[in-house]
Amino acid sequence: MLLLFILLFPLVLGAGLMLAKPSKPFAIALAGSIIEATAIAYALCPAESANLQFSQAWIPEAGISFTLWIDGINGILIGLTGLLIPFIIASTSNSDKSKNASYLGLILAMQTALLGAFLAKDAFLFYFFFEASLLPIYFLAAQYGGENRTAITFKFFVYTLFGSLFLLIALIYVYLRTPGETHSADIETLYLTARNLSAEHQGFLFLAFFIAFAIKMPVFPFHTWQPDTYTTSPVQGSMLLGGIMLKMGTYGMIRLVIPMFPLGIAQWGLSVSILAIIGIIYGSVIAIQQKDAKRLLAYSSFAHVGLMAAGIMTQSVDGIQGALYQMLSHGINLVGLFFVIEVIERRTKTRELAQLGGITQSSYVLTVAFIVLSLGSVALPLTNGFIGEFLLLKSVFDQEMYLGIISGITIILGAVYTLRLIQKSIFGNVSKVTKDFEDLLLGEKLVLIPLILLVILGGLFPQYVLSYSAASVEKLVALLN
Amino acid sequence: MSLFYLIPLLPFLGFAINGLAFPKLSKSVAGIIGTIPPLVAFALSLQLFLNFDGQAQIYTLAEWIKVGNLSIPFEFQVDQLSLLMLLIITGVGTLIHVYSMGYMAHDAGFGKFFAFLNLFVFFMLILVLGANFTVLFIGWEGVGLCSYLLIGFWNQKNSYGDAARKAFIMNRIGDLGFLVGIFLLIQNFNTTSYSVIFQEIAAGNVPENVGLIAFCLFIGAMGKSAQIPLFTWLPDAMAGPTPVSALIHAATMVTAGIYMVIRANVIFELSPEVLHFVGWIGLATALLGAAIGLFQNDIKKVLAYSTVSQLGYMFMGLGASAYTASFFHVMTHAFFKALLFLGAGSVIHAMSDEQDIRKMGGLKSKMPITYITFLLGTIAIAGIPPFAGFFSKDEILAHLYHHDFAMWCLAIVGSALTSFYMFRVFILTFFGDFRGTEAQAHHLHESPISMTFPLMVLAVLSVVGGLINLPHFAGGNEFLAHWLAPILPASGEASEVSFLSLEMGAPLLAAFLPAFFAIYLFGVQKSVPAADESITGIQKVIYNKFYIDELYDVIIVKPISVLGNFCSQVVEFLVIDLIVEGVGRIVAYASTEFRRIQTGNVGYYIFVMVLSIAVILAVSLRTWIL
Repeated sequence: MLLLFILLFPLVLGAGLMLAKPSKPFAIALAGSIIEATAIAYALCPAESANLQFSQAWIPEAGISFTLWIDGINGILIGLTGLLIPFIIASTSNSDKSKNASYLGLILAMQTALLGAFLAKDAFLFYFFFEASLLPIYFLAAQYGGENRTAITFKFFVYTLFGSLFLLIALIYVYLRTPGETHSADIETLYLTARNLSAEHQGFLFLAFFIAFAIKMPVFPFHTWQPDTYTTSPVQGSMLLGGIMLKMGTYGMIRLVIPMFPLGIAQWGLSVSILAIIGIIYGSVIAIQQKDAKRLLAYSSFAHVGLMAAGIMTQSVDGIQGALYQMLSHGINLVGLFFVIEVIERRTKTRELAQLGGITQSSYVLTVAFIVLSLGSVALPLTNGFIGEFLLLKSVFDQEMYLGIISGITIILGAVYTLRLIQKSIFGNVSKVTKDFEDLLLGEKLVLIPLILLVILGGLFPQYVLSYSAASVEKLVALLN
Repeated sequence: MSLFYLIPLLPFLGFAINGLAFPKLSKSVAGIIGTIPPLVAFALSLQLFLNFDGQAQIYTLAEWIKVGNLSIPFEFQVDQLSLLMLLIITGVGTLIHVYSMGYMAHDAGFGKFFAFLNLFVFFMLILVLGANFTVLFIGWEGVGLCSYLLIGFWNQKNSYGDAARKAFIMNRIGDLGFLVGIFLLIQNFNTTSYSVIFQEIAAGNVPENVGLIAFCLFIGAMGKSAQIPLFTWLPDAMAGPTPVSALIHAATMVTAGIYMVIRANVIFELSPEVLHFVGWIGLATALLGAAIGLFQNDIKKVLAYSTVSQLGYMFMGLGASAYTASFFHVMTHAFFKALLFLGAGSVIHAMSDEQDIRKMGGLKSKMPITYITFLLGTIAIAGIPPFAGFFSKDEILAHLYHHDFAMWCLAIVGSALTSFYMFRVFILTFFGDFRGTEAQAHHLHESPISMTFPLMVLAVLSVVGGLINLPHFAGGNEFLAHWLAPILPASGEASEVSFLSLEMGAPLLAAFLPAFFAIYLFGVQKSVPAADESITGIQKVIYNKFYIDELYDVIIVKPISVLGNFCSQVVEFLVIDLIVEGVGRIVAYASTEFRRIQTGNVGYYIFVMVLSIAVILAVSLRTWIL
């Protein structure tokens, strides 16, 4: 029942906010998200998780059930979602958005959709939430976004929907081959069924799954919706998209694709790795040229995800553990960086790097936060980013030396675009728009200081997380041999 | 918990306090909080050093990264090599902190500066204390970060910010090599701990690709220790405040590459080709740095190229397996180069931030302490006996003489260049008539005691530092060689030499003759280097550093930028997105066409339905029949 509560509480609260429009929506939403985070933290205690499975027949005639579970793999993502949503809500403080009950309600509704996809043990349930998550984010982006939002959001919506259709068809195909009168869509049953399919079938099925997840992450060349959408969304939308939602794609690869289609991966795995690695370099060289800070972050996120995808495709413990850890770190760092840019934009009304500069002269705390988050993003040792990137690069290197070295260029190019971002925005001389810049307000500090602590703690004590997921990942990898 | 942990912890605490309290703490308090940690760490290191029983001590703090069957703990190693590095870092570090109290006294970022310096000391200590390559890598990248922060300390000036970025990025190129080396070690040994790896190798478990491992590690060293082709960041790094140049870009961080090669000497010894490569890279860098140093007119730039060149000497020594000699030079160089930089800082301080030696001159009488100490530093680096630099450099040369004669000859040439450019700077700065402005002349003064005290200490060390490894022919007992012997291969030390041989005579001539020439040219003839615009020919090429920065710009920076623009403007919109939009268009087009089928005419629908049933029946019949 706890899992059901965790799943539905944000939705109920969000719907309440949207319908009742209370006078203090920010306080309610924030308190709610913290209660939710507490419940999730409790559920993630290893002693608890195993007994928490919630199962209810959904469409018994078709063997489709409403089953929620937690293991070491989805636990990381559920934890990430529980952790980030309070920060995302808190990031509306000091802005109009904090007074907007519908806006906050949509964020909470989004949380349910995201959690649903991670919690689901039934593949159709996963699919349901995978699609359902599009609705709240669509409204967030299309109603509250920036320039040209309608066209951009429409493209995003149609593009991702298009990709998921392949997933649905492939899912049904495998589902119809599960044993029993009513079949079953239980993920573990699907593993067994899919693995016994012929190589040829697995190849097609792999591609169908991959397209859906590749668009979500996104992997090169399925990414063209992403920079526009990240840039034009309101910042909380970008945080949801980049911080959590894209992880549905990487999670789907780990949870479904790796265990289901070993023969498919044998055929296509290397090609996918190469695409992902092209994306790392491609995203990075484009990020170096960006003039808009948020767009730069969008491309940097694209580059980072490429490495996660390449690591996952190694199907090794290192690669998957690294990817899981990097999902966590990337979520924290990206939300923090988006927020720094948002704070700058609130004060200066611009994200154009050419118009910024010199902010550090008046804003010590903001500088510290910005630099620490950036260091996490460039994977400096003792920050959270290093752990994931180290394991991911190692896994790719172990699989194929040359690919590992090419992926490794990310540590150079990442430094190039990140340091450029810092220099153009906060170093250098003050400009017309930054001359009266004010350092972080209390509400802003409360968002950024915990995040930068997480960057450091994540770099010092990765063991707490790595050991949490270790057993499940090893079990998953053992399936392959 | 052993007291040992306080050594890295104290500087970290200093960083945390000054970093968090900035800018609320007063400068004097911030200065004291910043200076006490390295001082106490020095005392603790000294105690460790004196009580060391010859047995390497490994402290394992906690598990750090554990995945599958790979485990990388936070572990630290106290042995002969790390103890000496501890003493250099905390000892020279303390002096430079004291100096900074005077040098940075008027800077608004005073507390922040001390926070960064402490953070640097922390990471540098982690670098040398790490008991595995991954912990070393923490320090390695950490000092890179501090270098970035301190080079760009005055980041409101864009060119300083550019210099800081360049340092970080060039180091990262090397770091990628290092990281690949670490991955290869893990593949072969499933660990990065020194003790395990070196024992395995000693037991005969030598990986096939040991040469590749050594090569990758050396790429890391090239970045950090500014060797060709990754050296151009170091001269630019002079944008940082002068104490930073002394501590990071002369005495400690840039020698990390040498430290790492010595640490991994077991691996390098197995790959003679790589050692050969190390030696030649070192030689080329030594000559290039010295050549560029000949014509520079910025006092810090001369010292920077000199550092590049001296680091080259150290790598030359490594290439000849003369690990003790190279480390000896690391130590003496830390003394005399820190001294020279701090002396230059004292001059710059007095000259109201003027760094051009063409505008100096005659400072001898105004700044007697700076003058004397700078002179001692100059003699030391020029290799004139019996100063520290003579013994350490001579030991490297002695090994080269037996290792590779051609290399030795070229190294002597580099030595001569060094002596010339150092005396050139010295004479132009302290002798002759003052060539600066009235305002500068009026302002000239000797620096405060906080700045001259470190100069004096370092000057003494530059004079007597050679004692630590005084060779037998000079009546010494080669303490350093004996001390380091347990961690080094049992190699033959350079044979005894006599003063009258070519081996001994050539370095002495190379030290003295150019010094006299420089004194004659700039002291007696009183010539002053020409203004920038009147420099021509080969001198202009050298003055402009052989246009290497411009070359890198054309072959690396520009292409990446062009590629980025091409990708973002052409590939992104004209290729990929056009395909995506194209698919969308086709769907839209198809749906418009298909919509025509839905006419709304019931009769038409029935007709289509019947037709469809007929087709299905026909197909089914076919299967039934066949």
